[in-house]
Amino acid sequence: MALDEIKIGGLGASRRRVEDNRFIRGKGNYIDDIALPWMLHMEILRSPLAHARIRSIDVSAAWAIPGVRMVLTGDMLAARNLAWMPTLSYDTQAVLATDKVRFQGQEVACVVADDPYIAKDGCEAIVVDYEPLPPIVNPSQAKAPGAPLIRDDKTGQDSNVVFDWEVGDREGTDRAFAQADVVSTIDMHYPRSHPSPIEACGSIADFNRATSKLTVYMTTQAPHIIRAAVALVAELPEHMIRIVSPDLGGGFGNKVPVYPGYVVSILASILLECPVKWIEDKSGNLISTGFGRDIYLKGEMALRNDGRILGVRMHTDSDHGAFFSDAQPSKFKIGLMHSAFSCYDVPAAHLTAQGVYTNKAPGGVAYRCSFRVTEAMYFQERMVQAAAADLGMDQAEFRRINLVRDDDFPHRTPWGFLTDSGQYGKCLDLGLEAIGYEDFLRQKEEARQRGRLLGIGISTMTEPLGAGNSREYDILGIKMFDSAELKVHMTGKALLRTGAKTQGQGHETTWAQIVAHELGIPAEDVLVEEGDTDTAPFGMGTYASRSTPVAGAAVAMVSRKIRAKARKIAAHLLEVSEEDVEWELGRFSVRGAPDRGVTIQECAIAAYSNMPDGMEPGLENNAYYDPPNLTWPFACYIATVEVDPETGVWDVLRVVAVDDCGVRINPMIVEGQIMGGLTEAYAMANMQFITFDEDGNCIGSNYMDYLLPTAWETPGFELHEVVTPCPHHPIGAKGIGECATVGGPAAFVNAVIDAIGDTGVRNIDMPLLPDRVHEAITQGHDVSGAPPVRTEP
Amino acid sequence: MYPSRFRYEAPSTVAEAVAMLAAADGEAKILAGGQSLIPMMKLRFAAPAMIVDINGIGGLDYHRSDPDGTYRIGALCRHADLEKSAALADAQPTIAAAAPVVADPLVRTRGTLVGSVCHADPQGDWASVMVSLEGAIVAQGPNGRRSIQVADLIDGPFQTVLAPDEIAVEAVIPAARGARAGGYLKLERRVGDFATVGVAVSVEMSGGSVARAGIGLTAVGPATINASDAAAALVGTALDSDAVDAAAQLAAEAAQPRSDHRGSADYKRHVVATFVRRIGAQIQRSEQEAA
Ligand SMILES: Cc1cc2nc3c(=O)[nH]c(=O)nc-3n(C[C@H](O)[C@H](O)[C@H](O)COP(=O)(O)OP(=O)(O)OC[C@H]3O[C@@H](n4cnc5c(N)ncnc54)[C@H](O)[C@@H]3O)c2cc1C
Repeated sequence: MALDEIKIGGLGASRRRVEDNRFIRGKGNYIDDIALPWMLHMEILRSPLAHARIRSIDVSAAWAIPGVRMVLTGDMLAARNLAWMPTLSYDTQAVLATDKVRFQGQEVACVVADDPYIAKDGCEAIVVDYEPLPPIVNPSQAKAPGAPLIRDDKTGQDSNVVFDWEVGDREGTDRAFAQADVVSTIDMHYPRSHPSPIEACGSIADFNRATSKLTVYMTTQAPHIIRAAVALVAELPEHMIRIVSPDLGGGFGNKVPVYPGYVVSILASILLECPVKWIEDKSGNLISTGFGRDIYLKGEMALRNDGRILGVRMHTDSDHGAFFSDAQPSKFKIGLMHSAFSCYDVPAAHLTAQGVYTNKAPGGVAYRCSFRVTEAMYFQERMVQAAAADLGMDQAEFRRINLVRDDDFPHRTPWGFLTDSGQYGKCLDLGLEAIGYEDFLRQKEEARQRGRLLGIGISTMTEPLGAGNSREYDILGIKMFDSAELKVHMTGKALLRTGAKTQGQGHETTWAQIVAHELGIPAEDVLVEEGDTDTAPFGMGTYASRSTPVAGAAVAMVSRKIRAKARKIAAHLLEVSEEDVEWELGRFSVRGAPDRGVTIQECAIAAYSNMPDGMEPGLENNAYYDPPNLTWPFACYIATVEVDPETGVWDVLRVVAVDDCGVRINPMIVEGQIMGGLTEAYAMANMQFITFDEDGNCIGSNYMDYLLPTAWETPGFELHEVVTPCPHHPIGAKGIGECATVGGPAAFVNAVIDAIGDTGVRNIDMPLLPDRVHEAITQGHDVSGAPPVRTEP
Repeated sequence: MYPSRFRYEAPSTVAEAVAMLAAADGEAKILAGGQSLIPMMKLRFAAPAMIVDINGIGGLDYHRSDPDGTYRIGALCRHADLEKSAALADAQPTIAAAAPVVADPLVRTRGTLVGSVCHADPQGDWASVMVSLEGAIVAQGPNGRRSIQVADLIDGPFQTVLAPDEIAVEAVIPAARGARAGGYLKLERRVGDFATVGVAVSVEMSGGSVARAGIGLTAVGPATINASDAAAALVGTALDSDAVDAAAQLAAEAAQPRSDHRGSADYKRHVVATFVRRIGAQIQRSEQEAA
C-alpha cells in the first residue's frame, strides 16, 4: 500500500519546524553561545564623525590597561597589506581606517582583551585626533561642483560617482513616448533601511599554530564564499580554513558581506595564537553593516487613452555610502532594478542608473529581496497607481488591462528577462474579491462625505528569485549553482547536507520534506545539516530567495540519484530486471505483481549488506544544480487604511495577500514567510528609516530611533493562494522568502495616497510618518523624506 | 553594550540607602526599575561609580489613597501596577490613561513612576501627568524629608533639584477639589516608542465648572512643560468647546518643540492643540454620559 505523503511529512505537509524544538528551549547554538578555551574578546572603536582626516591615533593608554592583550589600528594592518579589503562589487573597503574616516561608525581600531568589559575600556582609552571634513549625505551633494572627494584613496577616482549604467532600448522607448496620449511621471526616494536581524554579527576566529588550521565561527549566510574570500585575501590554503556558520538569529541579507570585525578577529587570532571573539552590538550593526535601498527613483510612463502602457523610462540615483560594497550576484550595476514591470505587457523600456559615494555606511545589501527588486517593484507599483490616476482609470482595471495574460508565457519582459508561468489575472481577481473591492469603494465614498479618509492600495508584481542561471549570475566569478549531499544510512535514516544556510527559513524542516517526497523516507528520519564548510558541499548560501529554487532543487535531484541506485538494488532483491520494477512512494514493486515489493529502507540495508555484483556499496550521492532560469512567483497585496486628517496618523484596516509561489513544500512555513515579509513591508511604509542630518550623524542608530514593529501594531494578514507550478524546477516550487517584503510596501503607500486622493498629492516618501502625511493633506504637495533631515537647535 | 566598572550595593532601608549615597560623594546612582539607568550605563552615557539598588527596601511598592483623598505612589510602584489597578481608573483618570501607553509591557513591569520623574527625560510621560495633577515628590535625605512640586523638581533635560544624597520615596497627588476627570494622549510611532508629542490634561469639576485644571506637555521642549496659562483658561468654564479651543491654542504656544526626524515644530504644536481638544471633548462626552 502506498504511503500517505502528508503523514510522512512530504510535500504539502504543514510540518512543525524541527529547529524550533531547540530554539524555544534555549538550546540554540548562536555565535555568542560558543565559548572556546583561552578565548579573548575584541571590541571595535568606531568613528564619531562622518568625514574626517585622521591626524593621529594614540593607543598607549589602552595598552596600559591590565587585561588588554592587543590594540590594532589601520597602520598595523597596512603593514600586513590588510588595511583595505576587496568588496563583492569590485571596490575596496577600509578594514580599519588609515587616512580618513568616511562614515559615522567606521571601524578605527580594535582592542582585544581578557573580557569584553576590558576591551571596551580599552577602546575608550584610545585618543584619536580628527580633522573634520564636510560630510556628504545624499547624491545631489555628492555630485555638486566642488564637492569634497570621498574616495581620494583611489587613483583615477576624480568624482564621487561610482558608476553610470544603462539598459534597455533607448530609441524604441523614445518612439513609444512620441506616440503617447498621456505621459505620467513620478519622483521618489526609497529610504535607507536596515535588515536588522535580531542577532547582530559576530565571529570567533581560532587559529591553531600547531595544525595551521584556521577555524572561524561566523554569522554568515554564505560560509563557502567566505572560505574562498579568506583563502584569497589572507593567502591561507583553502583546505586549512574551516568556516562554521552556527544557528543564525536572522540574516535578511545583512550577513552576506564580509565586515571588518571578522577580518580583524582573524588577524588577531593568528597574531595572538588563541581564539578571538568579536560580538557586534546592535548599534554597531545598525550604523556600519549592510543597509538596504537608499535610492532616488524618477520615472515616466507613456500611456494610451485606452489604458495601455506603451513604454517606461526610469532613472535611478543610488547612494552606496563610502565604499561600493553592494552584496549582489548579478553582472548588472544596479542589480535587478530592470526587473520592474515584468508582470506587465510593456513594449519598450529604458533605464539609466548612476551610483555615488557618500559619507554613509557602505555595504548595500539586498534586504530580503533579490538585489534592488524591492526598489524596482515599489517604483513599478507607485508608478502604476499614478498612471491610473492620470488616466482617470480605476487602479484595479488599469492593472488588469496591462498584466501579462496566462496564454502569453513564456514572456520576454521589456528589459529581457524571461518569465515562464503565472495566472496574474486570477490572483488579482481573488484579491479584489477577498477585500470586497466594490463594497470598499462605496464605503470610502460614504466616509468621504463625513470627512473620514479611507483608502485602498493594490500592489501586483512578479519578481525574479533564485539566483541564478550561471550565464548571468556569479559572485567574484563563482557561478550561482547550489548543492546537496544525501547519505542514506543502512537503517534507512538519512543525513542531508546542502550548500545553503538557513537563518530562520526552516531548511531543517523543508529539505527533509523534499527527501520524503522523492524517496518516501519519513521526514523525521532525515537530519539536515548546513553551514560547516568542512562537511557541507560547496554552495553559494542563502539569500535572494534562492534556497528552494536552487539548493532545494539539488535536494530533489540528489534524492532522484539515490532512487535510481535503490531501483537497481530493488531489482536485485526482487530478482527481476530493472525495467520490471515500479516505484510508488517509499516502495519498489514488481510490475504486474504489486504484492511483491521492497521498501526504500530494505534497499538501504541491502546497499550495505546485499548489493548486486559489481555495484559500489553504500547509498550516498551528491548533486550540483545550476538552474536554467530564475523563478517568477507572483503576488497581489491589497491594503485598506484610514487616515486621521487632523494628525496624519493612519491605521491599517485590512490586508489581503494572494501569493502564487508554485508548489508549496510546507504551507505553514510559506505562510510564515509571507506574514514576516508583510510585517517588514508595513514597517518600511509606516515607521522605518535610517536617515542622516547635515553633519552626517546617523539617525536610526539604535532601536529607539530605528523602529521594528511589534505584535501590537502589526496588522492582521488574510492569506490566499494560487498555485502555478514552476515549469523548470524539479518539484515546481518558486521562491517565496521575499515576495511580501518586495511587493508589500507599495500596497500600504498606495492606500494612504488613495485616501488623500482629493489633495492631488502624488507621493509621500516612506516612511509615511504622521507629520509627512499631515503636511501632504494640509499643504497639498508631495513630501520628500530624503536626508539631511530637518533639524532645529 | 558593556558598562564601565561600578560597585553595587543593595541596602534594606531608606536610611541605609541615604547613608550610602552621602558617603559616595555624588558618584552613586539609585537603581529603581533600571529601565532608563541600565540602558544609559550599557551605552556608557552614564558611568556611576556605585549603584544603590533600592529594590530590596520593603514597603515602597504601594499606591493608595489617604482618607482625605491624597494619593500616594511609592518609589517601587511599577508602571504595570498602575496599569492593572481597577481602583485607579476612577480615582486618577489621567494616570490610568497614561499607564498603558508608557513604554511597552516588558518595561512597564520594571519601571517606576517615581524613577521616571527623577530621570527627568523630556520625553518621559509621567512627569507631564504629575505636573497636570500638581503632584509632588517626597525626598528623603540625611536631614529628613521634604516635598517638592514636580513642576519645580525638574530644572532641565535629565536634571532635577534633588541632592545627590536624596532619595525620592514617593509621589504625592493632592486631594481633588471636585470630581476628577482627565486624559493622556500620546503620538507614538509604535508601542514602546517615546512620545513625539504627549499631552496630559487633568481637571477637577465642581458644580458643572472647572475648579482646577492642569496641563502637562511631553517631548515638546527641553524639559516637561507645565502649560499653566492653558490650564488657567479652563478654570471657571464648563469645559465648553470655546474654552477648550482657547486652552488648546495656549498649550500650543507653551510648547517649544524642535523640528526633527519625527516632525516639524509646527506639526508638533498642531498635535499639542489637537490633543488638548480631543481630551477636552472626551471629558465633555463622559460628563454628558454621566449626567
Ligand atoms: C524600551 C524602553 C521604552 C521606554 N519607553 C518609554 C515611554 O514611552 N515613556 C516613558 O515615559 N518612559 C519610557 N521608558 C523609560 C521607562 O519608563 C523608565 O522605567 C523610567 O523612565 C525610569 O524608571 P525606572 O524605575 O526604571 O528608573 P531607573 O532606570 O532605575 O532610574 C532612572 C534615573 O532616576 C534615578 N532614580 C530612580 N529612582 C529614584 C528615586 N527613588 N530617587 C531618586 N532618584 C531615582 C536613577 O538614579 C536614575 O538616574 C522606556 C524605557 C525603555 C527601556
